[in-house]
Amino acid sequence: MIADVVKTMPATMSGDLSAQETSLLAEVAALGRTISCAKAELAALRVDDITDNHIPFATDELDAIVEHTAKATNAILTSCETLDAVAASLSDEPAAKLRVATAQIYEACSFQDITGQRITKVIATLKTIELKVAQIVATFGNGEDVMEVVQADGPAEVVLLNGPQRPAVAMDQSDIDRLLASFE
Amino acid sequence: MPFDRSMNVLIVDDYKTMLRIIRNLLKQIEFNNVEEASDGTEALAKLRGGSFGLIISDWNMVPMTGLQLLQEVRADARLKATPFIMITAESKAENVVAAKQAGVSNYIVKPFNAETLRDKIEKVLGHD
Repeated sequence: MIADVVKTMPATMSGDLSAQETSLLAEVAALGRTISCAKAELAALRVDDITDNHIPFATDELDAIVEHTAKATNAILTSCETLDAVAASLSDEPAAKLRVATAQIYEACSFQDITGQRITKVIATLKTIELKVAQIVATFGNGEDVMEVVQADGPAEVVLLNGPQRPAVAMDQSDIDRLLASFE
Repeated sequence: MPFDRSMNVLIVDDYKTMLRIIRNLLKQIEFNNVEEASDGTEALAKLRGGSFGLIISDWNMVPMTGLQLLQEVRADARLKATPFIMITAESKAENVVAAKQAGVSNYIVKPFNAETLRDKIEKVLGHD
């Protein structure tokens, strides 16, 4: 757009230009050349590949991970349920041992929920990057269809959807118990 | 105070795997009357159409979250006294405080173990 302005400026000016006006025009022309170079470099980088190929590929792969882990987890749970049914036919001690073992497997299987939520967060981040890249391409390209970037801010309820925290910074059950106890 | 393990328990989570895990863990501690819902809206419909002695819900669900479900339950004259345990990966203090202010009975952070689940249920319902 600035390049267009620079091209049309001389035609709209009449009479001799002052030194200050000539200097200003030169600066605007230089700015126009810089922007043209930046656009050419951006085009050479094929930034639209990021939105057209790389990010869709990454999100599809992540979706596949969620699907495969869900299938595997369900197969494990089916086997555990069979073991629980077998436990019901055993005497007290072996039945109790078997139930402890299956309970531990059930606990471990909750990884699928946690990893699913973490992957969902990664996919959301990738989609934000995709939108921002599309916005940059639109701004430095033809200026068409500048996509609206979704802002992180929202209603309080949405802000509270933080998802799983990294273990190093997350509160554990005992921290939460202490916090709850502080209300009593 | 003793509690009746034959009571209806409603478990709410948008991950079918999680519902299956919680159902099986509840079965191991002899809660066999378990119903499932995949989000707050479905849960509220089941609660209003039935009789439940305990609600165990995830937080992060759409269209109605676990926190919104808790708020709806506490605002409903017939449901408001129902014990409500939140089981969630949301472990920030602001989440715990918001849940407590909304009237949560107890709060379990994922990943959790069977012992924690049993302990919190006993705390909420009273030892049997």
